[in-house]
Amino acid sequence: MGHTIIITVISLSLLALLAAVILYFIAQKFKVYEDPRIDEVQALLPAANCGGCGFAGCRNFAEALVKAETFDGLNCPVGGAPVMAEAAQALGKEAPVVDPLVAVLLCNGTPEQRPRTSVYDGVPDCRIAHNLYIGETDCSYGCLGKGDCVTACTFGAIYMSKETSLPVIIDDKCVACGNCVKACPRNIIELRKKAKKDRKIYVACSNCDKGGPARRACKVACIACTKCVKVCKFDAITIENNLAYIDALKCTFCRKCATECPTGSILEINFPPKKPAPEAQNETIKVNPEV
Amino acid sequence: MIDATGFRQTAVYIDTRGDEWIDTIDRSGDINREIKLSPEEIIQKCLETGIVGLGGATFPSHVKLTVPAGKRCDLLIINGAECEPYLTSDHRLMLEKGEEILTGTTILMKALRVTKAYIGIENNKKDAIGHITKLAEGFPGITVYALKVKYPQGAEKQLIKALTKREVPSGKLPLDVNAVVHNVGTAFAVYEAVQKNKPLFERVVTITGKSVPKPGNYFVRTGTPVRFLIEAAGGIPENTGKILSGGPMMGKAVSNPDIPVVKGTSGIVLIPADESLRNEMMPCIRCAKCVMACPLHLEPYLLMTLSEKGDFERAGRERITDCMECGSCSYTCPADRPLLDYIRLGKSTVIKMARKQMIK
Amino acid sequence: MSNLLKVSLSPHIHGKETTQKLMFGVVIALIPALLTSIFFFGYGALIVTATSVASCILFEYLIVKFIIKKPLTINDGSALVTGLLLAFNLPSNIPVFIIVIGSFVSVAVAKMTFGGLGNNPFNPALVGRVFMLISFPVQMTSWPVPAGLNTGYTDAVTGATPLAIVKEGLKNGESLSQLMTQIPTPAQMFFGQMGGSMGEIAAMALLLGFIWLLYKKIITWHIPVSILATIVAFTGILWLVNPEKYADPLFHVLAGGILLGAIYMATDYVTSPMNPKAMLIYGCGIGMLTVIIRVWGAYPEGVSFAILIMNAFVPLLNTYIKPKRFGEEVKNG
Repeated sequence: MGHTIIITVISLSLLALLAAVILYFIAQKFKVYEDPRIDEVQALLPAANCGGCGFAGCRNFAEALVKAETFDGLNCPVGGAPVMAEAAQALGKEAPVVDPLVAVLLCNGTPEQRPRTSVYDGVPDCRIAHNLYIGETDCSYGCLGKGDCVTACTFGAIYMSKETSLPVIIDDKCVACGNCVKACPRNIIELRKKAKKDRKIYVACSNCDKGGPARRACKVACIACTKCVKVCKFDAITIENNLAYIDALKCTFCRKCATECPTGSILEINFPPKKPAPEAQNETIKVNPEV
Repeated sequence: MIDATGFRQTAVYIDTRGDEWIDTIDRSGDINREIKLSPEEIIQKCLETGIVGLGGATFPSHVKLTVPAGKRCDLLIINGAECEPYLTSDHRLMLEKGEEILTGTTILMKALRVTKAYIGIENNKKDAIGHITKLAEGFPGITVYALKVKYPQGAEKQLIKALTKREVPSGKLPLDVNAVVHNVGTAFAVYEAVQKNKPLFERVVTITGKSVPKPGNYFVRTGTPVRFLIEAAGGIPENTGKILSGGPMMGKAVSNPDIPVVKGTSGIVLIPADESLRNEMMPCIRCAKCVMACPLHLEPYLLMTLSEKGDFERAGRERITDCMECGSCSYTCPADRPLLDYIRLGKSTVIKMARKQMIK
Repeated sequence: MSNLLKVSLSPHIHGKETTQKLMFGVVIALIPALLTSIFFFGYGALIVTATSVASCILFEYLIVKFIIKKPLTINDGSALVTGLLLAFNLPSNIPVFIIVIGSFVSVAVAKMTFGGLGNNPFNPALVGRVFMLISFPVQMTSWPVPAGLNTGYTDAVTGATPLAIVKEGLKNGESLSQLMTQIPTPAQMFFGQMGGSMGEIAAMALLLGFIWLLYKKIITWHIPVSILATIVAFTGILWLVNPEKYADPLFHVLAGGILLGAIYMATDYVTSPMNPKAMLIYGCGIGMLTVIIRVWGAYPEGVSFAILIMNAFVPLLNTYIKPKRFGEEVKNG
């Protein structure tokens, strides 16, 4: 009995030794040289593999960082400035300051504002609904509400609100990786500069139709009346394709445009309430008849 | 103006006052069998009068009639197999305008310089087969064939296969197997254009549905809102859940009955509310019924999974672009899976990807 | 809301087929075989079937309700079919506790762990059966002799199956012509008068079910026919070579579980290939393996193993054996 055990132990040990030697030589033979700094930098990155930097994953981004002369155009939106600074330090380079961004939805067509005109019966997938037809409302630009952005978000920063049937982006969780922007078939999610206290002023509409049809489809549509352009002192607002756009870099958050907007399509978020209640919201407005 | 998908399109509004006809159009009911024009003139005429394929795809007919250099055409096929269930417009047309259709066929034969034409009619239309066969005796070169009743028999490639055993290769045209297919509606339109000088501005539209008071086939001018049409057939019934432009298998559900009839509108089908919603989707049981049903011998279950998961490259290799969206897979699926929804998505994505590569 | 028009992608009509209907179609097809086995094995058959069906449905219910926490799936009828098929693979005198264990392996291990209906790589009923065969070889191979309606349950008189008789006999050096006197005649086997598991004995009842399945278009002919053809061809060759050593094809088809396996087990939707060409290859594979196991293997019967082995090849077949696409043959001409 003891004899058997000894033979077993010895033979197995020899086998293990042999395997180890073979493995060692194979590892030597097929060794690929890799810059050790890639591992180092990769360790600093968030390991989310979200693709927000434009590379397939964190490792590819780390390789790009190591190879790059300067960090221009390379940014990890998830880690933001601190991570980029650390990576820069590790590689002895300098990281340019990139403003943190946050995703915003350029549509505010809740069921009350944007009446439903048909019922979509099919797979809850925005791409399919978009390929099929205009959507459940008469607005061919607005949110379809099937939640492709929610599926695309790997950070759990988007959920569908039951009351508004629109996706809600949680600012604290959003890392501006841009996956939702790519996923949205109607391109109505924008990455905007993050401001203090998460304050935001933007035109929550993507409708490029003229005033009449836009307004008929949705009460809070931008009708391109140019009132906001006139009131803005900083040239931050432009109108293109019947749609106003507020340049986040020029905007000073004076909030005049939001007060002026006759349809209420300019949203202001995370501001303290204003004291004099704006009357403009209730003003009756004339819209251009359909041309 | 909005189209069947609800998106806005540029359109011309025509305000009609009374009914005036230009003198050049022959409006008499006489049947004129004598063909005076040369092949080139016939093709030119089709272009001028705006003749398109009336089966549903609305492909310009003059393009189909022009055989490109290097290609050979020895056979004209006239499609008398109704392309979809529920629709009867082709059937009606064959019964009422048989002689015109046959003359139109002869015109098309002349334009294509072929001596042989087959007319394929599905077996369930015995009266049409009898009628056309009798008439065809007076037209040299035209033979009528009875086809098995199955869906999709009216699809171009299926029809060619059924009549000639030739299979049109993937991504190729019927011309590559030396055949050209035209719908009976197109043959009729060609007759009217060439012999009567009448442009294509009206077509036969089937209006049907379980709850429609007066279902039937109507001669409708293009541009007529679908709502008028339904009113002519007795009005929109209370319980309508869906209005389809086209047949039940491939037609589009419209979100607004104010859309106009276009050249490709072969039918308007009203579906009652209780039948308009889909059943709940169940897990795939891998029964392979979709594989058996696919007329192009693709594997719908696989294509659906691939597009759902986003592997469009492999979907392309599995020939997702061959799919003609006949809907047989979704129809037959016992688990009510939306196979075609995802296949369409995959197909459009694959085509987009291929275009991008071409540009590169 | 209800006044709005509904919009969806075509097709806008749907066939009348549902998963549930298909499953109940299979159940109906199994009824003749069930009746035959009750006729020959009495209460035992009823008890075994009831236990197996009940426990399969119960396990699926419990797992879906308490572990997966998703909408209940027992309505689709697949647990019922699994239960029935499992029972058909058992001898009618097997103790209840073994059936429950087998059902657990079938439903919980072979089916639900992979994600339920549609995702299991192996036929659940067969996994359960093979598990029981290996764990409880004695109980699983003591076959009650068909004795009419009034036999007892676990105390039934047992005997060997024709296949086992032949296997043992050949091992002991007896020739086939001697052995043939000990086994039932083909006619007896056709109507079910032989030892064996509950579902496999009556070829007639199984064929009735097969006709029903084909008529209802629940299965296609490809798999059963290719299995049977392979077996007939393979055993036929062996029989012609040496009729004293190898049994004739008719015996091979009628004895044992070939028909049950070919018609009901191998055609299981989930675990069979998805296109006709692959189905034929799959069927041939099962036929070959069955004969190999029967003639040269340690077990007298090999259908279960053959089907399970071929189940493992199904993903491979699905990936590499493709149906001939429309318009493909023109490429060469």
